[in-house]
Amino acid sequence: MNAPRKLPGNLETNRTLDRWLRINRDGTVTVYTGKVEIGQGILTALTQVVADELDVALERVRLQPANTLSGPNEGITSGSRSIEESAVALRYACAEVRELLLQRAAAKLGDSLEKVTVADGVVTGPGGAVSYWEIADDDMLKREATAQTAPKPAAQHRYIGAALHRRDLPAKIAGVASYVQDMDLPGMLYGRVVRPPAYAARLTALDVAETQAMPGVVAVVRDGSFLGVVAAREEQAIRAARCLARCARWHNDTALPADMTPGEYLLRQPAADAVISEKSDAAVKQRGAMKLSATYTRPYIAHASMGPSCAVAQFEGGRYQVWTHSQGIHPLRREMAKALGVAADNLTITHADGAGCYGHNGADDVALDAALLARAVAGRPVQVQWMREDEFAWEPYGSAMLVKTSAELDAGGAIVDWQMDVWSYPHSTRPEGKDGVNLVAAWHLAQPKPAATPADPPLPGGGSHRNAIPLYDFPNQRVTNHLITHSPLRASALRALGAHANVFAIESFMDELAAAAGADPVEFRLRHLKDTRARAVIEAVAQKSGWTPGALSDGSRGRGIGFARYKNLGCYVAIVAEVDVEAELRVTRAWAAVDVGLVVNPDGVINQIEGGVIQAASMTLKEQVTFDRERVTSRTWDDYPVLKFTEAPQVEVTLVNRPDLAPVGAGEGSTGPTAAAIANAVAAALGARVRDMPITRERVIAVLA
Amino acid sequence: MASSITVNGRTHSVDADGETPLLYVLRNDLKLKGARFGCGLGVCGACTVVIDGKAVQSCDISLAAVAGKRITTIEGIGGIGNMHALQRAFVAEQAAQCGYCTSGIIMTAYALLAHNAHPSETEIREALDGNLCRCGTHVRILRAIQRATEAVR
Repeated sequence: MNAPRKLPGNLETNRTLDRWLRINRDGTVTVYTGKVEIGQGILTALTQVVADELDVALERVRLQPANTLSGPNEGITSGSRSIEESAVALRYACAEVRELLLQRAAAKLGDSLEKVTVADGVVTGPGGAVSYWEIADDDMLKREATAQTAPKPAAQHRYIGAALHRRDLPAKIAGVASYVQDMDLPGMLYGRVVRPPAYAARLTALDVAETQAMPGVVAVVRDGSFLGVVAAREEQAIRAARCLARCARWHNDTALPADMTPGEYLLRQPAADAVISEKSDAAVKQRGAMKLSATYTRPYIAHASMGPSCAVAQFEGGRYQVWTHSQGIHPLRREMAKALGVAADNLTITHADGAGCYGHNGADDVALDAALLARAVAGRPVQVQWMREDEFAWEPYGSAMLVKTSAELDAGGAIVDWQMDVWSYPHSTRPEGKDGVNLVAAWHLAQPKPAATPADPPLPGGGSHRNAIPLYDFPNQRVTNHLITHSPLRASALRALGAHANVFAIESFMDELAAAAGADPVEFRLRHLKDTRARAVIEAVAQKSGWTPGALSDGSRGRGIGFARYKNLGCYVAIVAEVDVEAELRVTRAWAAVDVGLVVNPDGVINQIEGGVIQAASMTLKEQVTFDRERVTSRTWDDYPVLKFTEAPQVEVTLVNRPDLAPVGAGEGSTGPTAAAIANAVAAALGARVRDMPITRERVIAVLA
Repeated sequence: MASSITVNGRTHSVDADGETPLLYVLRNDLKLKGARFGCGLGVCGACTVVIDGKAVQSCDISLAAVAGKRITTIEGIGGIGNMHALQRAFVAEQAAQCGYCTSGIIMTAYALLAHNAHPSETEIREALDGNLCRCGTHVRILRAIQRATEAVR
C-alpha cells in the first residue's frame, strides 16, 4: 500500500476538508482554524486567503474561535508558522472546495466545467446561475483533501496582497469586551492564586480562618503548596489573596546562582555539545592572516505581556469548560488532564483573545489555576487573572545565552574560517512535555506532577541554535551548540528564541571583521553572500536608509546594519538602526527591508515588523530579569522597564514582494537583525563595542573607559 | 454599602466598598470592559479613564475618591457605530496589534487633546509616557493621534 500523499501545511495533519470549512445555506462560509489571534492579525490574513481561493466576498467568511471540539488541531500558534501551516492549508483546501462546487454547479446547470464562471459564490454558465449556498450540503466536504487543485496565481488575487484592515480591531479600539479578561458569565466568581515566595518554597503552615471570614470569600483552596481564593467580587478576591499570603509559612530551599551576568556562569555548567554545522577547505584556511574572537551575551528576558494572564473555568458533573488565551489549546488540554487526573475528554477548551504574549507566558498556567479553583465551587464559572507580580515572577523567560565567535580573515579581507559556540538553556518548556507537566500549579499540588525534561526545538528551525548557522558562504565553518538542560530560572519560548542572541552575535561580529578588513559593513556582507534574496533585502535597506560607505560618526550619532533569514528558512530581514548616544542612549530611527515571499497582507507584515523592531530595541537596550539567591526580584514595571513613547524610534519598512514564492510569516524575523543593527550603530557612534545585552548607558561608559 | 458614581453622563448606584478600586466597579458592576487591568499600581496605563478632564489610572483610585466627579471611559467617547475622531484615526492607521493597551492610550490622548488641540509629536510622546505598549505599535499610535488632531482641525 502506498503511503498517504504528503499534503501542504497543516492539511497534512488535518486531512479532511470539513475539518477546515463549511459552506452554509445562509450565504456564509464558516472557517475553522487551530491558529489563534495574538495581535499579529492572522485571522484577517486567513480570511483573505479563503475569500480569494473560494471566490466569495470577504464579508461572507466567518472564523470560528479555535476549540478542542471542532476544527483542525494545529498544535501551537508560534514560530511565525501560521501563514506556512494554516494559510497554506486553507489555500489548498479552498481551491479544492471551489473546484468541487464548480463541478456540482456545472452538472446542475447542464454546462461543461470550462463554460462556468464564479463571482461571490454565484456560478454562472450558459444554462443559468446557481449559488454555492444552494448546492452545498454537509456531506460534500466529508472527504480527504487531495491538494490536486492549484491555488490561484497572483494575478487573480483580489484580497491576497491587499492592505485590508484587521477585522478584530474596530471592537478593540472601541473598548468593546474582546478578551478572556473581559468575559462575564452569569454567576461568575473571581479567583486569585497565592504563589510560593520562590521556585522551591514549600508551604509548611497555613491559617485560613482570617481569610475565610473576609467579605465575599466563597472558598479558600489549598492543595499541597498550591493556594488560591474564590470570592464574589474581584477586589475581594485580591484582598483575600493578600491576607492568605500573610497567613502562610513557607520553607524555602531555592538556591539561585549568585551572578550570571555577563554569562561566565553558563560556561561552567555541564552541557550536551553538538556540532551543528561543519564545512572545511584546508587550502583556503591556510590563507588565514588575521584572527579575531569575541564573546556576546544575553540575560534572561521576560515576555512582559501588558495583560496579566487570565482564564475562565467551570467545573460541573465531572467536566471542565475552560476559556483561555493559550497559543495551543490541544497541548494544553492534554497537560491539564494529566494535572487534574482526568481523561482529556472531560475538558473542553475554547480560545478567547488575550493581550499580546510574544511566546510562552503565563497563559497556559493560569488555565490550570482557574480549573483548580473552579473545582472547589462546582457549577460556578471562575475567572482568574494573575497579578502583575505573578506574571513577572512566574512566567517562563527567554533563556540567558552566551555566544563565542572567532574567525580568520585572509589578506584580501575575506573570511576564510568561522567558528561559533552557543551556550544556552532549552527554549521550550511549553505544555507538550513527554515525561512531566509544564504547568506551574501542577508542581505545587499535594500529589505534585513535576515538570517535563526541557526540550530544545530541533533544527532546522532550532531553539537555542535558531539562526546559529550563518547564512554567509564561509569555506571553513564550525558551529557548536552547548545545551544546558536545567535552567535555574524557568525558561521557555520568547519571540525569535535563540535567534535574538545568535543574530546579535553573528552580525556584531561581521561588523568587527569588516572593521578589521577595512571594509564597509554592507559591502562586506554582500562579499560573503550568494543568496539573491538575502542580497536584495540588504541592498534595499541600504538604499532606503541612504547608507553611505565610510560615513564618519559625529561622536553622537551612528548607524548600523543587521541581517538574517529567520531560521534560515523563513523571511529575510535587513535592518538599519540609527542611534543617538549624546544624552541618553536612544534608537532614533530604523529602516527595515523584508522578503516574506508572497505577501498576504502588506499592512499586516509592516505592523509586525515595526512592532518587532521596537520590541527588539526595548529588549536590547533595557531589559533584564533580575534575581537574588532566592527569588526573582524584577516584579513590577519599575524593576523591569520597557521602551516608552518618548524612546520609541520611527520605523520605515520596505517590502520586497515575491508573489510567485510561497508565503512565510513575519512576526519574529526582525528581532535578531534589530539587536545587531543597534549594537553596530552604537559601535559606529562611539568607536567602542558593547557585546553584552542590555546595551545600557553604564555598559557604554564602561567600554569607553 | 451603596455608593453613587457618575460615568459617561449617567449616575449609577453601586453596591461596593468605598475602597474598591474604580477599575473593578467600571468593569464588573457597570460592565464597561474597555479599561483593563495591567499592573494595579498605576504605572502601565491600561486602565486609564478621564476624571474631570484629567487622565487617571482607574486601578489606583478608589470608588470613594471619585464621588461627585465626572468620569469618562472609552465607551463614553464613542462606540463601534459612532466612533470618536480618535477611534476612527486608530482604525485608519491600524494603530494596534493586540489592542490591550489601546483604550488607555486613547483616553490619555483624549485628555491631552481637550487641553491642547494641536500638540506637537513631542508633546504627544510626553503625554503618553505613562502608557506602555508591549507590541511596539508606538509609531502607528503617534500617527493616529496626529491624524485625529488634523481631523478636528
